[in-house]
Amino acid sequence: MTPKQREQLSPWLLLIGVLLLWELACRGFNVSEFIFPSPSRIAAQTIEFHSVIAGHAWRTFWVTMVGFGISIVVGTLLGFLIGSSRLAYAAMYPLMTAFNALPKAAFVPILVVWFGIGVGPAVLTAFLISFFPITVNIATGLATLEPELEDVLRVLGAKRWDVLIKVGLPRSMPYFYGSLKVAITLAFVGTTVSEMTAANEGIGYLLISAGSSMQMGLAFAGLVVVGAMAMAMYELFAVIEKRTTAWAHRRSGAA
Amino acid sequence: MTSFVDFRNVWLAYNDELLAKRQFAVEDISLQMQQGEFIAIVGPSGCGKSTFMKLATGLKMPSQGSILIDGREVSGPLKITGMAFQAPSLLPWRTTLDNVLLPLEIVEPYRSRFRKERAAYADKARKLLQSVGLAGYEDKFPWQLSGGMQQRASICRALIHEPKMLLLDEPFGALDAFTREELWCILRDLWTVQKFNVILVTHDLREAVFLADTVYVMSRSPGRMLVQRQIELPRPRELELTYTKEFTDIVLELREHIGAIRKPAGVTA
Repeated sequence: MTPKQREQLSPWLLLIGVLLLWELACRGFNVSEFIFPSPSRIAAQTIEFHSVIAGHAWRTFWVTMVGFGISIVVGTLLGFLIGSSRLAYAAMYPLMTAFNALPKAAFVPILVVWFGIGVGPAVLTAFLISFFPITVNIATGLATLEPELEDVLRVLGAKRWDVLIKVGLPRSMPYFYGSLKVAITLAFVGTTVSEMTAANEGIGYLLISAGSSMQMGLAFAGLVVVGAMAMAMYELFAVIEKRTTAWAHRRSGAA
Repeated sequence: MTSFVDFRNVWLAYNDELLAKRQFAVEDISLQMQQGEFIAIVGPSGCGKSTFMKLATGLKMPSQGSILIDGREVSGPLKITGMAFQAPSLLPWRTTLDNVLLPLEIVEPYRSRFRKERAAYADKARKLLQSVGLAGYEDKFPWQLSGGMQQRASICRALIHEPKMLLLDEPFGALDAFTREELWCILRDLWTVQKFNVILVTHDLREAVFLADTVYVMSRSPGRMLVQRQIELPRPRELELTYTKEFTDIVLELREHIGAIRKPAGVTA
């Protein structure tokens, strides 16, 4: 086995190891499945309720993607604004930092008052929790332009806009994709948290209802599904990132 | 006879506050440069050499005095200049060829024709890259090139739009001695063929004497022009020249001026 293969296999081996340990602990100490179900029990429940879980998962998935889509658009625009203007940066950054420090779960009751139970609060929570990293990363990419490079272009008569389009944006792309990987996982957190109190559908709702009827296997199955979806999307963006911005990852063996 | 570049008693303070305190980055610079002349500016760090560059490109306006370039008073970025710095600052997501083409995407009249004429422009860029010994590297990315190669590409980028004036801010400072001498010759050859004006800012006296027609020595801040020295060594100059006595005499003479500047004022007694 080459070192590279070993590296690729390592997360799966670790996962199997943890699951085995978990299973053994549950059986060895005879833990009640109403307290802490074993992996095999979770798997059995997943299969048993697969159509219910799939329905809720699909709902959580598309709601998250809508919220994430909004957050890409808004996050990019805000980042562009903040990164390209010193004044906007000075004016907005402190406020945005303060906003980011607020627990987004606290917005859910307010959003329910505004939009009612259902899709609205979930989409917005997903958006609110995930746009900040995108904004910060785009802004950083734009604001850290090398001054020499800017001079080279300005001497040619380049307008600010030219510099932003030709240099700023491509340059901030690695930051952008990096932030997408973080943002997508946050968006799933936002949707799930919101669904727990403000929806009759989705994995968050499933978690609450399974928990209240003591179906711990099902609740855990819900968690596993959210985790799997987030990880799949993370990997998707990692692949897109590698494809489109290979120049920024050259140290990891491309050249 | 009118000069191509004409600095008349130019003073620059970076902002109004400094101007009010009369703290200038450069003071009373007067300098005339003929069409096709190669000048070098040497001086200790922080003597305002880079400020001088900003003035010559129109990126900064003088606080006092005036600058005429090509017969016109400078009032903004000139577009007839190309610049290269110590850091090659090539864009890593563009191939070497696309990096060299970048100015043509920005400066008129090339800009509006760029889509239609791309193939012709690419040919031109390839020829230029060939002439500096980068044939075969056009489609490589900058990070696949050595430092010296990157710097050559950077000089090509500065020259692709056929500027009348080339501004070089310590372009060879980060290179090893052999690569540096090789690039001196490349620059010499480009200049011999195209006869653009060159302003070379450097720390390296040998570099200045080898390449330039006239060497100016600047004082420590505030920057003033202390000495103007014509270099009358015959052209074409070969590298062997740098080991002759004539050559080293000039270098030594200039070195003494710098040495005099370096002596802290007031401690001389």
